[in-house]
Amino acid sequence: MAGPAEPSNIFTAGSQKAFTSQLKKVYTWYTGGFIAFVIFLAIAEQMGMSRQWIGYIFLLATVGLYAGIGVMSRTSDAAEYYVAGRRVPALFNGMATGADWMSAASFIGMAGTLYLTGYNGLAFILGWTGGYVLVALFLAPYLRKFGQFTIPDFLGARYGGHIPRSIGILAAILCSFTYVVAQIYGVGIITTRLTGVEFIYGIFLGIGGILVCSFLGGMRAVTWTQVAQYIILIIAYMIPVVWLSIKHTGIPLPQFVYGKVLEKVTAREEQLIKDPKELEVRGIFKARADAASAGLKGLPGSFDTGRKALSDAVEKAKADNNADAQANAEKALAAFPKDATVAKALWTKDAGLAARAGPPLRHAEAFPGKDDTARDVSRRNFLALVFCLMIGTAALPHILMRYYTTPSVREARSSVFWSLFFIFLLYFTAPALAVLVKFDVYTLLVGSEFAKLPQWVASWTRVDPSLLSIVDVNKDGIVQLAEIAIGGDIVVLATPEIGGLPYVISGLVAAGGLAAALSTADGLLLTIANALSHDFYYKMLDPNAPTARRVMISKLLLLVVAVMAALVAAQKPADILFLVSAAFSLAAAAFFPALVCGIFWKRANKWGATLGMAAGLGITFYYMATTQPWLRSVFGVTSPIADNIWWGIQPISAGLWGVPLGFLVIIVVSLLTPAPDRETQELVEHVRYPNLTGDTLDTRGT
Amino acid sequence: MQLTEKHLEYWSKNLRITGILLFIWFVVTFVIGYYARELNFSFFGWPFSFYMGAQGSLIIYVLIIWFYARYMNNLDKAYDVHEGEED
Repeated sequence: MAGPAEPSNIFTAGSQKAFTSQLKKVYTWYTGGFIAFVIFLAIAEQMGMSRQWIGYIFLLATVGLYAGIGVMSRTSDAAEYYVAGRRVPALFNGMATGADWMSAASFIGMAGTLYLTGYNGLAFILGWTGGYVLVALFLAPYLRKFGQFTIPDFLGARYGGHIPRSIGILAAILCSFTYVVAQIYGVGIITTRLTGVEFIYGIFLGIGGILVCSFLGGMRAVTWTQVAQYIILIIAYMIPVVWLSIKHTGIPLPQFVYGKVLEKVTAREEQLIKDPKELEVRGIFKARADAASAGLKGLPGSFDTGRKALSDAVEKAKADNNADAQANAEKALAAFPKDATVAKALWTKDAGLAARAGPPLRHAEAFPGKDDTARDVSRRNFLALVFCLMIGTAALPHILMRYYTTPSVREARSSVFWSLFFIFLLYFTAPALAVLVKFDVYTLLVGSEFAKLPQWVASWTRVDPSLLSIVDVNKDGIVQLAEIAIGGDIVVLATPEIGGLPYVISGLVAAGGLAAALSTADGLLLTIANALSHDFYYKMLDPNAPTARRVMISKLLLLVVAVMAALVAAQKPADILFLVSAAFSLAAAAFFPALVCGIFWKRANKWGATLGMAAGLGITFYYMATTQPWLRSVFGVTSPIADNIWWGIQPISAGLWGVPLGFLVIIVVSLLTPAPDRETQELVEHVRYPNLTGDTLDTRGT
Repeated sequence: MQLTEKHLEYWSKNLRITGILLFIWFVVTFVIGYYARELNFSFFGWPFSFYMGAQGSLIIYVLIIWFYARYMNNLDKAYDVHEGEED
C-alpha cells in the first residue's frame, strides 16, 4: 500500500481486484481518447492544417501525456519506486514489458531488416520472441518469489558476498548503457523527422520526455507510462499495414493472407533475376566496380596512368580535329579525380558498387550462398544468432526486473504469457509488412517510367537520399530494380504514403516510433540508476541508509546517467547498431548461466558463479574485440580477422562461446569447492515453491 | 526445514514439464531452423520453413508459455504450495 504521503489517484487503489478493474476502465478510455485525437487531427488536416503543425501537436500531446502520468505517479516510497508496489496485474505488466522490450530498432528497423535480408532476417524475429520461453520456464516465477528489487540482488543473496553482485552490476551497466544510447539516438532522429528541429535539440527534448516519466515516480511511473506507450505504438504499427493489405489483397488481415503475396513476389524475383534490362544495369555496376578495384590495387601508379590516358585522348581528338570526341574526352578528364587521395576515396566507394551488381536476393530462400560451404556458414550464423538473441532476451536486466512488479508468482507466470502475446502482435506482423512493401516496389515501382514516379518515391528521395535513391543508370527512362538503392528504415516510415494514407498517419507512425524508443529508454535508465544506487550504494557502501535517501540518490543518478547517455548519443557514434546487438551476447554470457544454476542447481556456489560469469563475459568480449572492425581499432588488434574467427561465427554471436563456457566453469569450479551452506540451500528451496509450509525465510525487499 | 515427499514430487513434476516444453522449443527453433532449406514445401502459400520462422514458431512459443502458466498454477493448488488469494 502507498504510504500516507502518497497522492491518491487512479494509480493507487484499494483491493487488487478493484485496482485491476479500475485500470481496465482507465486504459479503455485512454485508447478511445487517443483514437478520437487522431481522428480530430485527420479532420484538421483535411481543413488545411500544415504538416509541420501536425508534427508538433503529435510530439507535444504524446510527451505531455507521458509527463502527466509521470507526475501523477510520483513517489518516494522504496517499494513503489523500485517495483511499483508489486501490484501490477499480469495483463498490464505484459503491456509494459512489451513497450519496455520493443525499442526503436524493433518498431522502425525490424521490417526493414526483413525487407533487405529476407529469410536470414527472421533470426531477429525468432530470437526476440523465443527468448520469452526461457524467461517463463527458467526465471520469471522464481525471481518473483525471491522478490527483491534488482538482478544483482539475486546474485548477491544466492551466491553471497560482494563479488558476484559486483560482476552483476558491471554487466548490467555495460549492456544497458550501450542500449540506452541507441534509444536516445533514435529519439533524436524521430523528433527531427517529426518537427524539423535540429538533431541535438531533438535529443534533449527526448531525454526531457524520458525523465519526466521516470524521475518522479521510478518504476511506478515507468510502468504506467509504458502501458500508455504500448497502446500508441501498436495502433501506429497496425493501421498502415492493414491499409496496405487492403490495397494489395482486399483483406484487412495482412498476417494471414500475405502468403499469396509472397508467392507473387517469388515469381517476380525469378523474372527480375533474368530480365535483360536488369542484367544490363547490373553489368554497368560490375564494370564500374571492377575498374575501381583495379585502380585501387594499382595505386599510386594507376592514378598517373589513368590521368595520362585521358589527357592523351584529349590531345588525340584535338589532333584529329574531332570536336565531339574532344568535348567528351575533356569531360572525362574533368571528372577524373584531382589527386591520388581523392581517387582512393572515389574508387573505394565505386568498388562498393559490386554489392549492387549481384542478382536480387530470393526473399523466402533460407541461407543463400554460392556453394554448399557458403550456405553452411550462413546457416551456422543464423542459428548462432538466434541462440544469442534468445539467451540474451532471457538475461537482460531491464526485462527481468519487470517480473518483480507483479503481485504473486502466479501472476508472474501469466505475465510472461501476456508479455509475449503483446510483443507477438507486432513481430508477427513485421514479416507481412516487409513482403507487402516488397510487392509494391517490385511490381508498381519497378517498370514504371522515370517521368511518372509514384508520389511517395518523389517525396522520400528528396527528404533523405540515404533511405531511397533511384538513378537511371542505363538511361532507358524505365526504373529497374537494380537502380533502386533503399535503406531499411523506409519500410515502416513510408508505408502510410505507399498505402496512400493522409499525412496524419505518418505523424502517428513517428509518434509510435517515439513511444517505442522512450519506453525502452525509461526501463534501461532505471536499471542503470538502480544498479548504482541500490546495489552499489545501499547494499555495498551504506547498508544503513534511510529509505528517503536511497530513493533520492537513485533519482539523482537517473539524471546523471540520462545526461551522459545523451552526450554520447549526440556524438552520433558510428557503430551503435553493433553495440546494441553486442549487448545481447554480453548479457547472455554474464547472467544466464549464473541465474539458471542459482535456481536449478543447489550445489552451485559463490566461486563457481563468480568465475563462470567472469569467464563467460571475458571470452565473449575477447571474441568481439578480436573480430569486430571497430573494437579491433579501439583495442589496436592487428592480427588478421580470419585468424581470430572460430568456426566462421560473426562477432555479433560471440555469446555462442560465452554461454556454454559460463555453464562449464560454474559446474566444474562449484564441484571443486565446498558446497554452499545450509542457509543458501534453503534460499533455493524457498524460491522453488510459491508457498512452502514451515518456510521461515522472507527475502522480500523493503 | 525439511521438504516432504509431496514437495519433492511437485518439484520433479515441474522439472518434467519444463523439460518437455524446452524440448518442443528446441525442435521448433533449432531443428526446423537447421533443415530450413529442405523443409520448403508449400504451406498455404508460404514455404514451410519461412512460415515457421516468420509466424509459426511464434505461435508455438506463445502457446508454450500459456500452457506452462496454466499447468503450474494448477499444480500449485494440487500440491498445496499456492499463494493465498490476493487482497
